[in-house]
Amino acid sequence: MAAHTAESASAENAAPASPSAFSHALKDAFFAGLIMLGLVGPLVGFETVIRDGALGLDYRPLTVAVMVAIVFVGRLILNLTVWSPNRVVKTRTGPSPMARAVTAAGPAFKPALLAFAVAFPLIAVLSQGGLNESRYLIDLGILILTYVMLGWGLNIVVGLAGLLDLGYVAFYAVGAYTYALLATSAPVNDFFAALIGEKFWADWAFWICLPAAGIFAGVWGMILGFPVLRLRGDYLAIVTLAFGEIIRLVLINWVDFTGGGAGIASIPRVTFFGIPFNASEHGFAALFGLKFDPMHRIIFLYFVILALALLTAFVTVRLRKLPVGRAWEALREDEIACRSLGLNTTNVKLSAFATGAMFGGFAGCFFAVRAGFVSPESFTFDISAMILAIVVLGGMGSQIGVAVAAAVMLGGMEMLRNLGFLKQFFGNEFDPSLYRMLLFGLAMVVIMVWKPRGLVSTRDPTIYLKEKKSVSGDLVKEGHG
Amino acid sequence: MSLPTDTAAHRWDIDPILSVEHLFMRFGGLVAVNDLSFKVGRGDITALIGPNGAGKTTVFNCITGFYKPSEGRLVLAHQRPPTDPELTAVTLNGERGLAGASSSVYLLERLPDYRVSGDAKVARTFQNIRLFTGMTVLENLMVAQHNALMKASVFSIKGLLGLPSWNAAQKAAREKAVYWLEQVNLLDRADDPAGDLPYGAQRRLEIARAMCSDPILLCLDEPAAGLNPRESLELNALLRSIRADHGTSILLIEHDMSVVMEISDHVVVLDYGTKISDGTPDAVKNDPRVIAAYLGVDEDAVEEVEAEIDATIATGASS
Repeated sequence: MAAHTAESASAENAAPASPSAFSHALKDAFFAGLIMLGLVGPLVGFETVIRDGALGLDYRPLTVAVMVAIVFVGRLILNLTVWSPNRVVKTRTGPSPMARAVTAAGPAFKPALLAFAVAFPLIAVLSQGGLNESRYLIDLGILILTYVMLGWGLNIVVGLAGLLDLGYVAFYAVGAYTYALLATSAPVNDFFAALIGEKFWADWAFWICLPAAGIFAGVWGMILGFPVLRLRGDYLAIVTLAFGEIIRLVLINWVDFTGGGAGIASIPRVTFFGIPFNASEHGFAALFGLKFDPMHRIIFLYFVILALALLTAFVTVRLRKLPVGRAWEALREDEIACRSLGLNTTNVKLSAFATGAMFGGFAGCFFAVRAGFVSPESFTFDISAMILAIVVLGGMGSQIGVAVAAAVMLGGMEMLRNLGFLKQFFGNEFDPSLYRMLLFGLAMVVIMVWKPRGLVSTRDPTIYLKEKKSVSGDLVKEGHG
Repeated sequence: MSLPTDTAAHRWDIDPILSVEHLFMRFGGLVAVNDLSFKVGRGDITALIGPNGAGKTTVFNCITGFYKPSEGRLVLAHQRPPTDPELTAVTLNGERGLAGASSSVYLLERLPDYRVSGDAKVARTFQNIRLFTGMTVLENLMVAQHNALMKASVFSIKGLLGLPSWNAAQKAAREKAVYWLEQVNLLDRADDPAGDLPYGAQRRLEIARAMCSDPILLCLDEPAAGLNPRESLELNALLRSIRADHGTSILLIEHDMSVVMEISDHVVVLDYGTKISDGTPDAVKNDPRVIAAYLGVDEDAVEEVEAEIDATIATGASS
């Protein structure tokens, strides 16, 4: 009713105002085109070419005209629609349609996502028509799940405790090298050979090293935690960044121990709880009466990382409802109030660092067993930045947001590799994969403008009396170290 | 309350829960607190008042461990006040406190801030409210029971496994939170984010949160600031009930004289970091030094007032 009157009123206003509004829009678009002409005229209009061995100039008036026309027309359309003074801005009350859709689909979304993740190898095999053909998709699934797990791990430190950690890759590296060094170590192998059996260490190394890698990484988390306890915000970020680099440089330079830049190769592969994936009669395929296929191992790896990621999610969700998890969130909200309530903030911070690092260690161990090779090149700052971007895009503190962000970022990056059809428009010399990072950056900017607090910005309370109401992102603090 | 006429029989002298002894706090050349000594009686409501910048909040920060005093001793006594030899022994052996069966003594100036609240059981609120705004009202009260719950969950291990004993502890903590929500009249807002509450409710929630940590001494930094007269009255009732039902002693900083004079048993007046008056509300109200500090006197009148003060002290001593 009210909207209707407002609309008719605006229509009445618009009718007499229209000619002047149109001429104003036209004028504005004209000036925008002029500026564009001034900009691209010299930049795009001239092209240097080598003609008969000498440098010459080519002119490209058509390209310039097209670019200026795009700006002129685009500006005109925007002036008449979105920026039009007569436009009635719809005022929204309550949550946005998007938020309402999410709330409505909320209860079904998580199980559906989980079911999809479990059924993914089957879907991949069926859709690609064979085990070997599905390898690319399943590898992509493994990659995405690894980052989901890393994102969830970092989420504890950054999202819950509000401690900005730019060196998370260090714990990933600690986990990976823990497995690589222990699994390839001759003394350890000899020890178990003498104690239990010749093949024991080769078959069980991963399953024994997995918890060890988590514990080592957790200890390293504490070691990093101690010196940065008193730091906040930017200072904390820089020290953690340096820590990530130090670990990488140590890995490169301590050649005797880590193999230096050459890395560690021929790391034992994953086994089906002691049963190797090989063509022998004691292998996985023979024992289960299947035809040997190397894809069995890949699919098993997929389920291993899925289980590890789900463990991370389960523990995080549980911890949030425990005093330690509430203390992390309280630390993010107000450290001084925490201390006034008797919370030992040192312990709270260290526990957050250690728990986050532990999951990074698990993921690192998995990385080493999947690749069969580790080198310092795999643990650069890019990985930290990527994980942090996933956490920030997903919405700090949100499990589902981080999972979706990881899938979108890594899946999206991969999809951008497959833009071959663009060649039909731009000619055969056009290489779409070169524009991958550009589009990726653009997408990130768009998301940050559209959803500055990440995909899921609301916070779920950990306990409720009568009704669970999610807390608006505006009230939730981001933490400052 | 029993012997109001005899000045030597004030409760804060007989059974002090907190003795502030020769407290100094210097920030570089600035002496914010200058040789301050006073006592907080067990079960009393003690008000610390003074003009702006008198050093009241600095004293609070020293008591609650957020500042380390430059000099001085802060003795907090659970159960009964320590005897002089006991106190000397604790002070000299360099320990932070002496926890015993009949009496526990804590030297607050030696404790880190989180242990002042966690072990010595001194809770505080803040002048500019510090709630966990992004957490719900109920969650705020659960965080306040962190130490008890941490013990009950054996550092989260029981909780991770979901053992029944943990669930019982969690339930008990929730009931306690509900009790305090009822006390401060916020039960129907339990599931709302703390940052969404109106100002007065935030003040009450902060007191409830402090009480959830089971304090024996509650330090309130301007609890009535920004409250309307009706809310101030409710605050008075709340503070009285806290003292009556839980035996918690209260130390508060307040500018609102309707609150101070109404509920306090003992008032300490601070000006420029020095104590200028100490006594019952009536005694303080009529103290010419207090009147001079609050209302100010002319340059010429200073001597006059000082003479008057001296006369008052002389008559007070003789009577």
